[in-house]
Amino acid sequence: MKKNNLDINNSILTIKDLSIAYVKGKYAVKNVSAEIEQNAITAIMGPSGCGKSTLLRAINRMHELYPNISTEGEIFLNKDNIYDMDTINLRRKVGMVFQRPNPFPTLSIYDNVIAGYKLNGIKLKKNRRDEIVEKTLTDVSLWTEVKDSLFDKGTFLSGGQQQRLCIARALAYNPEVILLDEPTSALDPVATARVEELLIDLKKKYTIVMVTHNMSQAARISDNSLFMYLGESVEYGKTNSMFTNPIDSRTEAYLTGQFG
Amino acid sequence: MNSITINKNISPGIEFKDNSVLRKFKNRLFKFIIILLSIITISPIVLILSKLIIKGFRQINIDFFTQVAPDTFEAMTAIASGDIIPGGIANGITGTFLIVIIASVIAIPIGIITGVYLYENPGKRYANLIRNLSDILQGVPSIVLGIIGYLWVVINVTNGFSALAGSVALAIMMLPLIVRSTEETMKMVPENIKEAAAALGVPYHKIIIRVMIPSSFSGLLTGILLAISRVLGETAPLLLTTLGSSFINLDVSKPTSAVPLLIWNFYNDPNMINLIWSSSLFLIGLVLALNIIAKRIIANREK
Repeated sequence: MKKNNLDINNSILTIKDLSIAYVKGKYAVKNVSAEIEQNAITAIMGPSGCGKSTLLRAINRMHELYPNISTEGEIFLNKDNIYDMDTINLRRKVGMVFQRPNPFPTLSIYDNVIAGYKLNGIKLKKNRRDEIVEKTLTDVSLWTEVKDSLFDKGTFLSGGQQQRLCIARALAYNPEVILLDEPTSALDPVATARVEELLIDLKKKYTIVMVTHNMSQAARISDNSLFMYLGESVEYGKTNSMFTNPIDSRTEAYLTGQFG
Repeated sequence: MNSITINKNISPGIEFKDNSVLRKFKNRLFKFIIILLSIITISPIVLILSKLIIKGFRQINIDFFTQVAPDTFEAMTAIASGDIIPGGIANGITGTFLIVIIASVIAIPIGIITGVYLYENPGKRYANLIRNLSDILQGVPSIVLGIIGYLWVVINVTNGFSALAGSVALAIMMLPLIVRSTEETMKMVPENIKEAAAALGVPYHKIIIRVMIPSSFSGLLTGILLAISRVLGETAPLLLTTLGSSFINLDVSKPTSAVPLLIWNFYNDPNMINLIWSSSLFLIGLVLALNIIAKRIIANREK
């Protein structure tokens, strides 16, 4: 991996020699190592099938839902190996937002926000719940839009609102890191712009790692970018430097639209 | 006004015929055939219902729901004097409810758990084996299940004909239906809902109980109600297991009547013919009511 003007002194996540295979011997992610900067937006980009989502989903151990996926290597969150952590604790610290908005269809907007507590059977006092719901919905600038319909089903919202609700659901747990897997690819340009603004705002409090297909989005909002190709991390560096002055010829080819 | 001229001879040698009259005729003919075929499809149910209502309506009164079935002599006297047949089918109604409720209590949990298992392990050999066996079970004739109920429960458990034996036979009939509908409904729940729960650290069993089952609730309910309405009218297995009774019986270890059993009895007794229609009407009404209730619940949940 080539480093492009990379200077991380406050890393929160450390990925070490991570390899992931869906089928034995066929690696979707090969020997990736990277440090993730705290309170910054890190974009993982690359052409389809380069392993960027696979890498992202390793950070909260989502792969363990599927028995055939094998993972080698280590990931540290604040110096703790995530593979030694309880998944409940890990996923409280590392929230995730998916490509398609996926609010729970049976829960109201209110319950969707506190779904993490509700589904895990963590009891909260009513005023504490109200406080969390109002605060997180305000954080994702959804509060004024839904405050009169909190007890309607979340699936009645528009796509962009649903995605912000899903971000709120992740924030309600007060995580340290938020993983986003192409969070705006199912949204229209207006909704995309709102989510992007939101992410820039959120990095003051959280560390954001996002996979994106969209290079201009990475350029607009990310601080650091990791370019992946065929499962390998090709180049990692400050987004500004990488977009203006890529070191690796493959990065340059991708950024100039020669493949992808 | 703009007029568009279409060059009918776009390429030489191919002539476009103006066959709009023929086309319209074909269109009408097609529509006519579709309407005719749909009328043929719905006509049996319309004919059955109208026949049952016309013939059976007279017999339906308060007594019909509160009194037990009359004996031949009572029916004969009533017919001779031109009255409606006295008594009702209360013993059948209570029996049917008793048998079906117990059958549901047995079949629903087992069926749903099995269905969830099949959904969670789609490619596993053991799961495939269970799925195939369940399909075969669905094809087992109901009279055979009656014999099984007789062998297992009547002989070994209750030492005599009993509601429980009928419930076991009907539960076996319901099982494959519930297993299949559970698996199919679970498959309809988007994978990303499951991932959303997993990403919140929700443990596997809680994902199933608190996310997957509620998300597929309306489908599960539909499957269960379909299974219930499927066994509600079963007669053959009950003949061999619950036998029938002229009294209202709520003891699961005793012989019990059921509406289809009463219809069978009425059929075998020339004096009771009139009660066949009203009992059948009741049975169909029950099935329809179940369907309507299911649709209401589904509609309310989707609000």
